[in-house]
Amino acid sequence: MATANTEEEKSKSEQQKNHGGGGGFTRWAVLAVIFRLILIYFPGNLNLSSRPEVSTPLTSIRRLAEGYWLKQSSMSPYAGSMYHGSPLLLSVLGPLTVKRTILTYSVANAELKGSLVTFYAVGCSLVFVLADLISGILIRATGWKLQMTYRKSLKSLNLLNKSTDSGGLSSGDIAALVYLWNPFTIVACVGLSTSPVENLFTILTLYGAATGIAPLAAFGWVMATHLSLYPAILIIPVILLLGYGPDAPPSKLFRSKENGKVGDDTSSQDIIFSWGRVLHLLVWTSMWSVYVLVLCSISVKQHSSLQEMFQRTYGFILTVEDLSPNIGVLWYFFAEVFDFFRDFFLIVFHSNILFMILPLAIRLKHRPCFLAFVYIAISSMLKSYPSVGDPALYLGLLGLFLDELADMQFSFFLFCGYVGVSLLSPVMHNLWIWRGTGNANFYYATAMAYACFQIVLVVESVSSMLNHDRKLMKLSASKLQK
Amino acid sequence: MTIQIRKGKRATEPQCLGSQRSLNSEDLLFPNQTGDSKAAVYFQLSNGRFRPPPAHRLIAHHIVDTIAPIFFRVSRTMWLPLRLTLLLLFLLLSPRALLRSGSAAVVSGEEEEFHEELLLKPLPDRKVLAHFHFHSIAPPSKSNGRHHHLFPKAISQLVQKFRVKEMELSFTQGRWNYERWGGFDPISSNNAKPPGVELWAVFDVPEDQVDAYWKNLTNSLSGLFCASINFLESSTMYSAPKWSFRITPGRLRYGTLPREAVCTENLTPWLKLLPCRDKAGLAALLDRPSIYKGFYHSQRLYLTSNASVPAETVSGISLEQTLTVVLQPNSPSSSSIHSGESNFQPSWSLSSIFGRKISGKCVLAQSSIVYLQLEKSIFSEQKDNMDNGPNSLASEGFAGGSGFEMSLDPDIVIEEENQSQHKGSSVLYGFWVEKYNESQPFDLGLKWKYPVFWSSRQAPLHASRFLMGSGNERGAIAILFKSANSADSSSGSRHVSDGCELQVDVFQVVPWYIKVYYHSLQIFVDDEAKPIGDFVHKIQVSPSKDKTSPGMMEMLLKLPCDVRSAALTLEFDKGFLHIDEYPPDANQGYDIPSAVISFPSFHSVMHLLSNDSIRKSPLLSRFQEKNRVQSYTEVLLVPLTTPDFSMPYNVITITCTVFALFFGSLLNVLRRRVGEEERYLKAGKKKGWLRVLLSRLLAKLRGKPMEEPDQPSSESAPLIGKKLVLKVILVAVLAVAWQFYST
Repeated sequence: MATANTEEEKSKSEQQKNHGGGGGFTRWAVLAVIFRLILIYFPGNLNLSSRPEVSTPLTSIRRLAEGYWLKQSSMSPYAGSMYHGSPLLLSVLGPLTVKRTILTYSVANAELKGSLVTFYAVGCSLVFVLADLISGILIRATGWKLQMTYRKSLKSLNLLNKSTDSGGLSSGDIAALVYLWNPFTIVACVGLSTSPVENLFTILTLYGAATGIAPLAAFGWVMATHLSLYPAILIIPVILLLGYGPDAPPSKLFRSKENGKVGDDTSSQDIIFSWGRVLHLLVWTSMWSVYVLVLCSISVKQHSSLQEMFQRTYGFILTVEDLSPNIGVLWYFFAEVFDFFRDFFLIVFHSNILFMILPLAIRLKHRPCFLAFVYIAISSMLKSYPSVGDPALYLGLLGLFLDELADMQFSFFLFCGYVGVSLLSPVMHNLWIWRGTGNANFYYATAMAYACFQIVLVVESVSSMLNHDRKLMKLSASKLQK
Repeated sequence: MTIQIRKGKRATEPQCLGSQRSLNSEDLLFPNQTGDSKAAVYFQLSNGRFRPPPAHRLIAHHIVDTIAPIFFRVSRTMWLPLRLTLLLLFLLLSPRALLRSGSAAVVSGEEEEFHEELLLKPLPDRKVLAHFHFHSIAPPSKSNGRHHHLFPKAISQLVQKFRVKEMELSFTQGRWNYERWGGFDPISSNNAKPPGVELWAVFDVPEDQVDAYWKNLTNSLSGLFCASINFLESSTMYSAPKWSFRITPGRLRYGTLPREAVCTENLTPWLKLLPCRDKAGLAALLDRPSIYKGFYHSQRLYLTSNASVPAETVSGISLEQTLTVVLQPNSPSSSSIHSGESNFQPSWSLSSIFGRKISGKCVLAQSSIVYLQLEKSIFSEQKDNMDNGPNSLASEGFAGGSGFEMSLDPDIVIEEENQSQHKGSSVLYGFWVEKYNESQPFDLGLKWKYPVFWSSRQAPLHASRFLMGSGNERGAIAILFKSANSADSSSGSRHVSDGCELQVDVFQVVPWYIKVYYHSLQIFVDDEAKPIGDFVHKIQVSPSKDKTSPGMMEMLLKLPCDVRSAALTLEFDKGFLHIDEYPPDANQGYDIPSAVISFPSFHSVMHLLSNDSIRKSPLLSRFQEKNRVQSYTEVLLVPLTTPDFSMPYNVITITCTVFALFFGSLLNVLRRRVGEEERYLKAGKKKGWLRVLLSRLLAKLRGKPMEEPDQPSSESAPLIGKKLVLKVILVAVLAVAWQFYST
């Protein structure tokens, strides 16, 4: 959030210089891409691809390369405990990694091959840069759509004058730029973790649902779930989005307005839940799921089975098997917890995500997009192998709700916290792992602090969103009384 | 019942045989001594399933066995023909035995045999190699049942119970110095072992049962040898090499314990398998302090049994027990005489290096020979030094005029056939120990007169292995091959068929917490990175599974002959373990077992001039077997990161607090109502059914009659019942699901 704020300030000040929101956005988006390309040009990806913050067992490109190597040498890519990703990702990204690994060492002897080598080495990174760019564009489109419908619904409530004063860049532009310029996103992209691709499909789901294109939403949801299990809970916001339409003020407002002005029929249609689109979505979801499963079974049938795939991907996520350090807290918890409590705590931590689904859905059902943001933030906080790609996604989405969350508390504190943790955590990791002077607890403490900041962010954003709704209620009530 | 008969007969036998009997009957008790419950169970089972041999065979055997000792006393000469006829009779009675004994490749005759031999060899770096070789043979027989004259019963039970076809177990302390002590000769190829315990076994059971048999075998061996071999039971500790470890394919399992400390408690049970233990014969030399003082010490047990024997016969087993020690002789006399000569080879005698002498052979041994092996290059050097004129090697050795002097005259001189004219060939002097007795003990001494230099024959490539990288996150394993002696041995000794290629087999097992990226394999030939496909002819990988199986890599490299150095590198990530999985001394690091490097196109074989005595000697016939040159690399020590062992409770409580904070504060935010909402809520609140019920109940208690008093109660009772039933069902379903999940 805090990064969002600063980025917002930046882009706002930039915006004042070049009038016309579209031009500013394009310029900054292009600059973001160029910045990534410059970073990619540095050799060895700045050693980012082996950082624990970037590459978890699920997103590491080295593990993907290992899986592809195993597949090429006619073994199951899931043989051994290296690869835990999707077989589809393996087929798409695998060939790029192989060319990279084969040709990088020939740099030493063959100077002539240099240009070719860099081309192939960049091949994999280019996919991620492209994924980031598309994500940015989709966020912008989603934001635009959200803003349009929100303004429309506000207009119908005669509350528009309150929220249109944020001239300049729209919240969609800001969100997209926050996503593109977020250091977390850049690091995840340059460090060749697969999270940009996962984020792309999550954003695609939201875009499809917000614009009412059920097949696209279904495709995004199926793919995102296939790649990293946790987006599965997004099915609820997606259904709400398609059923009720994008975010709107609480339905009570419309109802009270209806009560006040009898005979107004423009607002009443907003409350209706359109089952048709939801059914459409469900049909498409099942179709895409079957399609993805068939594709997976085709790609794994030679050396392994679908059952093994599920065990090695979803099973690996759910039973936290790999205890290597990451920015979450579960690795250390499960490294220390007594073995006979392990199953119990696995259930507790996973159900912590599930427990919050229903209360949030009930309370925020009129704002499905914000609900999706909260779900993503919660799951990226409680997931078993979090990487910096996850905060990158929810911080980007946070930008979509700038107008509503304008009076959020603790934003400066959170900004400082995020900056502090992202600076301290590598230091503590270095002290513990590389120098041997630190202790595991140092690194765990930064992970703990990070978890706390995320909690504050989620709780504060939800509370300020509810407060915003209350304010709208008050406003409309006062207007009705006039 | 058979035991009873035998015990009665045994009284007539010679004294030493009697002692052997008692040893065997003691071996029956060995499961109790092990303290290993599994082993005990298996041997009880074996007793339970005891099947008496058919009557006619029993009788024939008893005739042989009961008459034999009587005639043994009367005359040796008469005994032999009689015995042969009896044997014939026995064979006629059971014609199938003849076929079986014929098919037994391992075993020579029908008699149990025991041979003891000792090979002494001065090493180039002023040390002495002593190689004890004890060979016991039990022929395949139906007649003996489960009883043996000489053969250790524990081993035969092991072989029968676990259907072991071939097995090798070695306990080693110290590292064989391939550069100085040689890497090509049969001793270094067969007897140089990695530090700690190495065990491999081939089983004669269906593939799906091999693991179970392996686990049982490790447990009983663990009991038998007082070592923690049972740690090899866990599937993370053993692997099943396909082709790189041994050429012959089979149901092979291989496991090592690099950190196993080897000491006298492992030697004692090993000696117990010998018929004379260490009380007589060559084994009497094994004075514990002097053995364990040495630089290298490896005791090994290798057994083969002839496979595919029908159930009613006991398979023939050949058991080879070797003990290889490298000792530093301390001879103050020679250094005082030639005080100026620092490079003088030390003179030594058996009594100076072992502190004991051999007082005769073990009476039960068929042969008891001590060999002294000297490199031929010594003689050529002496010729250069002294210009003494060409003598025959035999006369030169103990002529007194040459560079060294032996305190005893050899009974036989065996020369290695010099077919390829390289400096590795050697001369063997043999001494019959049976000529010596208590009053005139055997004490071979070797005295050098002139400083001599020679070098042992090297394997074509000297392999070493090391770790690269720092920190506790990742690293790389590098295996470096260096051409050992490119100048001299490259010319003649290469058995290369097409072009000039040097084949190298690499077999490496890596524990699961070392997560090797096999795609990162790189090969550097002569310090230049090369494409893998050019040199790696064949590669087979079974990647490690977390907490389930180790990673195994088998690789066949084909390097050009003129290669100076070649290096393989593999990157790995270090794993993080649960705190319970760390050993007590977690900060010491973890061992990666030695890699096995073998050269399939090179064979360590001694071409000895054929002689009768060679054929009889198991040691020399072992030397003449064609074995490929094999060497072990160093054990690597990998430090792993440790979590804080002292504060699991803190971690659990703090983490849970944070999660509770999240849950509580988010729920609080969601259910908080302020101002108007509160009022709305109160206004819109309807009375719940419970409240209605309560008010009615109160009204009833006050005695005021209400309309339709029993209707709500009758309505509410089934409602509660339904809900209750639903809840119970839900809980039951959850419990069942939990049960299903947890099992």
